[in-house]
Amino acid sequence: MSAVEKAAASDDAIVTIAHVSKFFGPLKALNNVSLSIQPGTVQCIIGPSGSGKSTLLRCINQLEKIDEGAISVDGALIGYRRVGETLHELTDAEIAQQRLSTGMVFQRFNLFNHMTALQNIIEGPLTVLRRPRKEIVAEAMALLERVGLADKRDSYPSELSGGQQQRVAIARALAMRPKLMLFDEPTSALDPELVGEVLNVMRDLAATGMTMIVVTHELGFAREVASDVVFMDKGEIVEQGPPQTVLVAPSQPRTRDFIAAVLK
Amino acid sequence: MSAITSPVSSRDLAAIARMRIVPRRFYGRWIAAAAILGVLGWLVLAFAKGDIAWPVVAQFFTAPAILSGLSNTLIMTVCAMALGIVLGVVFAIMYMSPNPVLRGVALFYIWFFRGTPLLLQLLLWFNLALVFPTIGIPGLFSWRTIDVIGPFMATLLGLGMNQGAYTAEVVRGGILSVDAGQTEAAKAVGMTRLTTLRRIVLPQAMRVIIPPVGNEVISMVKLTSVASVIQYAEILRNAQTIYYANARVIELLIVAAGWYLIVVTVLQIGQYFLERHFSKGRGERRARRVAVQEDAA
Ligand SMILES: Nc1ncnc2c1ncn2[C@@H]1O[C@H](COP(=O)(O)OP(=O)(O)OP(=O)(O)O)[C@@H](O)[C@H]1O
Ligand SMILES: [Mg+2]
Repeated sequence: MSAVEKAAASDDAIVTIAHVSKFFGPLKALNNVSLSIQPGTVQCIIGPSGSGKSTLLRCINQLEKIDEGAISVDGALIGYRRVGETLHELTDAEIAQQRLSTGMVFQRFNLFNHMTALQNIIEGPLTVLRRPRKEIVAEAMALLERVGLADKRDSYPSELSGGQQQRVAIARALAMRPKLMLFDEPTSALDPELVGEVLNVMRDLAATGMTMIVVTHELGFAREVASDVVFMDKGEIVEQGPPQTVLVAPSQPRTRDFIAAVLK
Repeated sequence: MSAITSPVSSRDLAAIARMRIVPRRFYGRWIAAAAILGVLGWLVLAFAKGDIAWPVVAQFFTAPAILSGLSNTLIMTVCAMALGIVLGVVFAIMYMSPNPVLRGVALFYIWFFRGTPLLLQLLLWFNLALVFPTIGIPGLFSWRTIDVIGPFMATLLGLGMNQGAYTAEVVRGGILSVDAGQTEAAKAVGMTRLTTLRRIVLPQAMRVIIPPVGNEVISMVKLTSVASVIQYAEILRNAQTIYYANARVIELLIVAAGWYLIVVTVLQIGQYFLERHFSKGRGERRARRVAVQEDAA
C-alpha cells in the first residue's frame, strides 16, 4: 500500500503520518516514520536530543518539507493537491490556510516581542481570520483568564516570566480555534518552579478534549495525561504504546536506558 | 611613594567606614576645558575682526529666494527619501525572495546604483532626452522627455534611486536581525509570507533600521545641494545666485549653513521620538515605565 493511500485509508484519525522521511543534507532526521493520532487524544513523544522529535512536529505543521511519505491533517493531504495520479505543490497562501487547523507552542515561546499579551492573542484572529476586533478582544480576555493572566493583558513579553510567556503563547494558539495543538518541549526553557504552571494549563486543555501532540521530557506529565506514548531515537519510532507500558515497563532496551537516564 | 593597595585588618573596618572620602581629581578635564576655551575665544575674535558683514547675514536669512530655496530643499528631501525608502523596502524583500528572478533584479539594482557616483546618475537622468527623445507607451501616449524630466524629476530620480539602493541593504540587515522564531510563530498562526513581513518582521526590524535611515535623511538634506549642478533651485543654488549678484559670498554661505543646521537639528529631535516609538516591548522602555510607576507611587 502506498503512503498516500494509507493516509487516505485511516479516515477516523485526525493526523496520519505515513512512511515519512526527512533529510538535512546527508543526515536522515526522520526515517520512515508512521503514526496516526485519534481525535481527542494526547500523543506524547519522548526521546533523546537530536532524535527528530521537533522535526516530526515541524513536518506536521509544514515548517519543514518532508522528503518521502505523506501526512494528512484533519482529513486533508498536507502540502499538495492531488490531481489524478499527480501531486501539485500548494502555494504559500494555501499552506497558510492548511495551518489554521493546527496550533503550535514553541520551546522558546516566540511571542511577538513588539506586541502586548493581548495583542499577541488577537493578532491571528484579526489579520488572518479578519474577525471583528470587539468580538475577539472579549474572547482573548477569556483565554487570558483561562491561563491565569488576565492582569497581564498589557504587558510586553519582555515584562513577563518564562512561564507567563508560555501561557500567553498557548492562549495565542488557542485563539485560532485549532483542532490540534502541537507542543515542542513547552517547559524545557523554564526554571523548575515555573514548569508546573504551564503543565497545569496543558492538563486543563487535555481535559477539554483537545487533540494534543506533546514533545516533552516531563515523564510525570506524560504518564498522567498521555493517551499514547512514542519513544523516538535516531529518527525512528523505537517503541509505542500506552504510558503504563512505555514509561513503566518498556520492552526495548533503548527506551529503558533513556527513561533511566531522564529519571537519573 | 605609598603602596597602591592599603592592607586592612577586619578590626580597622569599623573605623574606616566613618572616614571622610576625598573624591578623585580629574586634572585632565580641567586642562582640556581650558585649552578648548582658549581656542574658542580665538575663533570668536577672528570672526568678529574678520571681514564678515553680519547685518547682511541677518538681512538675507529670511530673504524670499533663500526661503523658497529652503522649501525646495525640504520638498526634495522628503520626496527623495520617501522614494528611497519605498524602493529600499521593495528591493530588500525582492533580494530575500526565494524567486531567483526577483533576487537577480534586486542584486542588479543595488550593484548599479551603489556602484556609480551620485553626480553621474543625476547627469544621466537630466540628459535622458539625449537617449530617449520621447517616453511613453508607443501607440498609446508619449511625452517629450525634456518636458517630463526637468531638474525636479531628474533630482528626484537620481537621489531616490540611489538612496533606495543603500536603504535596501539597511532594510535587509534589519529583517535579518529579527529572530527566525518570530517568523515561525507567525506562520504557525496561519500568516502568509507577506503578512508576516508586514505585521511581525518589519515592525521589529524598524528598531534596527531607523538609526541608519535617520542618518541618511540628514545626509539627504545636504545631498540635495548636489542638484544645484542641474539647476534645481535648492537653498545653496539660490544663495549662489544671490552672491553672484552682490558678491557677499561668505555671508550667504553662512545663511545657508545656518538653515542646514536648523533643519538637521529638528530632524535629530524627530529621530529620537521615532526610535522611542519603535523600541516598544524592549528592555529600555520597560525600565523607564517601571521608573515612572515608582515615581507615581
Ligand atoms: N534546519 C536544520 N538543518 C540541519 N540539520 C537539522 C536542522 N534541524 C534539525 N537538524 C538535525 O536533525 C536532527 C533531529 O533534530 P530535532 O531538532 O528534530 O531533534 P529533537 O529530537 O527535537 O532534539 P531536542 O530534544 O534536542 O530538541 C538533529 O541531528 C539536528 O541536528
Ligand atoms: Mg527539539
